[in-house]
Amino acid sequence: MSSNQEFLVVERLVKHFPITRGVIFQKKVGEVHAVDNISFNIKKGETLGLVGESGCGKSTTGRAILQLQRPTSGHVYYKGVDLVHLQGVELRRMRRSMQIIFQDPYASLNPRMTVGEIIGEVVYVHGLARGNELRERVDALLNRVGLDPAYANRYPHEFSGGQRQRIGVARALAVNPELVVCDEPISALDVSIQAQVVNLLEDLQAEFGLTYLFIAHDLSMIRHISQRVAVMYLGTIVELTTQDELYLHPLHPYTQALLSAVPVPDAIVERQRKRIILKGEVPSPVNPPSGCRFRTRCPLAVQVCAEQRPDFREVSPQHFVACHLV
Amino acid sequence: MGRYITRRLIALIMVLLVVSAITFVLEHAVPGGPFDREKPLPPEIKANLERRYHLDEPYWKQYARFLNDVMIPHLTTQPPDGSIESDYLINVHIGPLYFLWMNFGPTISSKTRTVNDIFRQQLPVSFQLGIMAMMVAILLGIPLGILAALKQNTMFDYMGMGLAIIGVSIPVIVLGPLMVWIFGVELKLLPPSGWGATPPYRLGFLPQSFGWEYFKYAIMPAIVLGLGSSAVIARLTRATLLQVVREDYIRTARSKGLEERLVITRHALKNSLIPVVTVLGPMFAALVTGTFVTELIFGIPGMGRYFVTSITNRDYPVIMGTVLLYAFFLVVANLVVDILYAYLDPRIRYD
Repeated sequence: MSSNQEFLVVERLVKHFPITRGVIFQKKVGEVHAVDNISFNIKKGETLGLVGESGCGKSTTGRAILQLQRPTSGHVYYKGVDLVHLQGVELRRMRRSMQIIFQDPYASLNPRMTVGEIIGEVVYVHGLARGNELRERVDALLNRVGLDPAYANRYPHEFSGGQRQRIGVARALAVNPELVVCDEPISALDVSIQAQVVNLLEDLQAEFGLTYLFIAHDLSMIRHISQRVAVMYLGTIVELTTQDELYLHPLHPYTQALLSAVPVPDAIVERQRKRIILKGEVPSPVNPPSGCRFRTRCPLAVQVCAEQRPDFREVSPQHFVACHLV
Repeated sequence: MGRYITRRLIALIMVLLVVSAITFVLEHAVPGGPFDREKPLPPEIKANLERRYHLDEPYWKQYARFLNDVMIPHLTTQPPDGSIESDYLINVHIGPLYFLWMNFGPTISSKTRTVNDIFRQQLPVSFQLGIMAMMVAILLGIPLGILAALKQNTMFDYMGMGLAIIGVSIPVIVLGPLMVWIFGVELKLLPPSGWGATPPYRLGFLPQSFGWEYFKYAIMPAIVLGLGSSAVIARLTRATLLQVVREDYIRTARSKGLEERLVITRHALKNSLIPVVTVLGPMFAALVTGTFVTELIFGIPGMGRYFVTSITNRDYPVIMGTVLLYAFFLVVANLVVDILYAYLDPRIRYD
């Protein structure tokens, strides 16, 4: 779909988790199709939003891109290098330029290390600074994310959720990465603090020219921060386009349903608005439906949807949809 | 931290007082005395013997005598007279003064030995054996547990944990003689019994020299004694490490680009050792104060048998001495464990 020379290209990425039974003699009884054959690219300096409901494979996609979970198949080209084939030292060296901000600021910081150690360690292992220089760098990072450098000697449990997420941001930025995967960085935070962290992420992007893969399930937040948005459903990307296009002209029935669920802060519009209520539950990713993943809940589904998996096509410039009916 | 340790050491004195009181009550509540034989002694002789050991005095006076002799330090100008009645464990000469402390008294079962003689001659042997058994337990248990956890559900895991189960389930009375037979009698690689060091000990507990002549006696008993504990440590290490490597911050460490070795040692292991360190305290106290069966099998002149025989003999001073010794080691070992906690988990702060 695009040349390998782009910043980040994800090609036919698949991640299946085996389900095993038995204690000593394990046998595979099935697979969770967490991510199933997805392709997209990210341009340098942009923010690509990745939305979808819980369990649709958003986080797995983010981790598989960074090789924190090895993909089952597919390719991830970062500046032309296929990360899937990198091992050991080579992969660790790449981590200098690609970092991740985790969803849960409570569990993702080692409780036995001071904030200074947490942030400094990543700088240290990549050999970027030692001793006093390292300490100054940590102080500067804390300053940049709006924390008092004097906090460097404290432990994570002494901070609030928002402060911890700032520590997570400082840690991710400590090695001056180019690509940052933001894995629902704000969903564990209070609404009052979400805006602070999002604004911080935006400021940092402007300042350092960062590229974000921003994973979230909050549509309005995604709209606010991303230039392009990919919508995931049950391990596949159903629609990918620019932010304006997606919100103004959603083409995939799932995207339409999703957007219709967002309340409009206007009583008159809200009363007249037609909501598309999806029936049923998300099917199990262990046994995904044949053909189109969404057909079991799609109000428009026809025969072909069950027989053939829809291609991910560019229906208009920069607008990709996987649906037979578009 | 200094204040905390001081507080704990003061608590140690309270613990020893309470333990001594309970021990005193129990040993006298148990029927029988040190001079009850199958064929009773003539009453005059028995009365004489009891007077000799102050057993004819009322109980409160006997306990007060114990407190005065053992617990309370004395500072006098008179040197102790050298009789077995005045054998002080702490006996320091400062200028014209003598600092005397901890006279546990003569043993009843021997005419010439004091409880302090046991502490000076037998305890160091048990202590050396205990330390070595402890080292076997840790050096075998922790790596085995780590290996089993990191290679979960592989042959390493099953073999390691199988070995651990064997380690816990084979009792010392089976493994000990088996090893004596194989390595001592058949292969003649190691001496089947005895101990490689004799008093006097350096610093009161260390052998004069550490050579093959010393270690060849210690290898088998240390392994036999340490194996059971190593199995406990291995299983505990495996279980806690398995839990910790699934934590989110381990993934964070990997995302930083840390080497796997550093991820395990710096992030995972430090977080998983707290339960292991917790069991090490009581384990240490039990191992260093003497283990009857192991010492018996390998003919080691340690403390172990005094724990057992003092009770059947109603040898009151020895009972008191051994019980207090065990309590002392237990409290001190747990204090060390608590200090180690603060190192392993910096969130724990005392004071």
